[in-house]
Amino acid sequence: MSSFLQVLIDGILSGLLYALVAAGLSMIWGVMDVINFAHGEFLMVAMYVCYWLGFILGLDPLFTWIASGIFLFVMGALTYKFVIKHSLGKAAMAPLLATFGLSMLLKNFCMNRFSPNFRLLSGTMLDGKTFEIGGAIVSVPQLVTGIFALVILAALYWLIKKTRLGWAIQATAMDKEAAELMGIDTEKIYLLVFGIGGACVGVAGGLMTTYLAVHPEVGALFSLIAFVVVALGGFGSIPGALAAALLIGLVESFSGFYIAAVVKYVAVFAIYLIVILVRPKGLFGW
Amino acid sequence: MSMTKKDKLWYAFIIIAVALPCIPGVIGGSFFGHVATMVLLYASMAQSWNIISGYGGQVSFGHSVFFGIGAYGAGLAVVKFGSLPWFGAPLGMLAAAAVSIIISYPCFRLKGHYFAIATFAIVEIFNRLFMIWDAVGGALGLDYPILPDGWLNFSWSSTKTGYYIGALAIFLLVFGIVRHIEKNRMGYYLLAVREGQETAESLGVNSTVVKLGAMATSAALAALCGAFFAQYNYRVDPPMVMSLDMSMKFVLITILGGLGTFWGPFLGALVLIPLQEYTRAYLSHLGPGVDLIIFGLIIIIVMVKEPRGIMGLLGYISRKLGKTQDSAERGGDR
Repeated sequence: MSSFLQVLIDGILSGLLYALVAAGLSMIWGVMDVINFAHGEFLMVAMYVCYWLGFILGLDPLFTWIASGIFLFVMGALTYKFVIKHSLGKAAMAPLLATFGLSMLLKNFCMNRFSPNFRLLSGTMLDGKTFEIGGAIVSVPQLVTGIFALVILAALYWLIKKTRLGWAIQATAMDKEAAELMGIDTEKIYLLVFGIGGACVGVAGGLMTTYLAVHPEVGALFSLIAFVVVALGGFGSIPGALAAALLIGLVESFSGFYIAAVVKYVAVFAIYLIVILVRPKGLFGW
Repeated sequence: MSMTKKDKLWYAFIIIAVALPCIPGVIGGSFFGHVATMVLLYASMAQSWNIISGYGGQVSFGHSVFFGIGAYGAGLAVVKFGSLPWFGAPLGMLAAAAVSIIISYPCFRLKGHYFAIATFAIVEIFNRLFMIWDAVGGALGLDYPILPDGWLNFSWSSTKTGYYIGALAIFLLVFGIVRHIEKNRMGYYLLAVREGQETAESLGVNSTVVKLGAMATSAALAALCGAFFAQYNYRVDPPMVMSLDMSMKFVLITILGGLGTFWGPFLGALVLIPLQEYTRAYLSHLGPGVDLIIFGLIIIIVMVKEPRGIMGLLGYISRKLGKTQDSAERGGDR
């Protein structure tokens, strides 16, 4: 029984992590209908920021996620200003392919500068801390990341549903021209949305350095899972992303434990395909 | 039947392409020969993708699956069954066409980004299944034994002219088929489905049959290229042939050249492949990944400046020239 509980807890915790990684992607997709293919590489950059801050200055990732969040906000905004803005509306897949180019650039830049080696911060505040619930072991860094995920998703939800900025974002997402006629500066909204999307993944990456190693390829798997989470949850829906991420986390954890570790991602992508073929717009899509 | 300017260009091109390998010592085992072979191969791959994604408008990121099935077809025939690639390659092509139909039939219901992400997922599923499937060599892949040179085994060790001729044959076949599709009913149906599926259907086009036919053709030709790739590299493993990176090569070359145009895939390969091979050879002292940094930068610039690719750029230049000519003539009249 305790192994079932263990698998359940692991699934929920990795699901929350996926939700945090996917939140920024979901926001950008929902508002602009753009897939940021460099999302995983943004995550990697955030991890390197926190790793180097920890390695050189001895700062703990429990605090430096603020720095990586701000860094990635700026990076997201710059990406919009110099890449996305000019490729939007020119050809169907142009923004996606432009961000694919950006992902190649970032990945290989880090490969070139920092070598392909795995780097892990040791001796951080949460390093290796665990506690027990009913025979199941819970890792504290993962739990903290999970709590952050819930807080950040709630904050995003609140921002979109309850603030004037959020209403402007929704209006821009629904009808760009009409929003402009209402006096909304849609350029600024897009810039902000890309910045916020970057900040979300910046925070996620920062927190992940408490228990995961950083290397230039780290973003690849996470970005694929984030794409699947967003498409499964449905077009820019924050609750959808959370539900889909938890589903993906649980499928991964249970198939990994009860079938075989090597098939867990096959199961994840297969579940995605099955759901999407029944509901082509995702769980919470319309 | 009168020859148009376009047809003349086409025949001239065939003559040049056939004449090129006859120049002794130029291709041989040289680095230039390697680059020329790769240009022809990647142009054929991109053109095979162009059938369904360019002309048909169904942007697939899953073509490395079909490419990989072709590569494994040839590889398994040689390594596991001690047979010839000449038997494995067509079987791989058939298998790829069958798999493509099974996958696409449900996926064609998905639109835009949802279709794209479904094809990503399919690549990941196939990649991981082939990684753990022992009968096809698992993660280690298949390594070719040393075989005698010649057309029988489709392998050459010192002078690689045979590979060049093989790549050229595939190139002529794929471009010939696309030329044929483009000029016949199938091509018009495909364009009609791309431009507006509902409208095309209301005019009596069976869009499902058209799309599935194009997908199967596209997958079979991609598999043929995969079989050649396996023979050329003398090994097959999942990350090499069945990965998202390989899928993106189909996409990027075509987009760089010009999506949905006949010459686009060739122009894209003509620019990207030499660039990739020569930067890899000459910039390696700057550390790993420099070639890919440049590659990434070029993709960003093209997407930002001219997403229609080189064909779009050429169109722009010829329009500019045409305009100045027009205005000069008009100026003369006045």
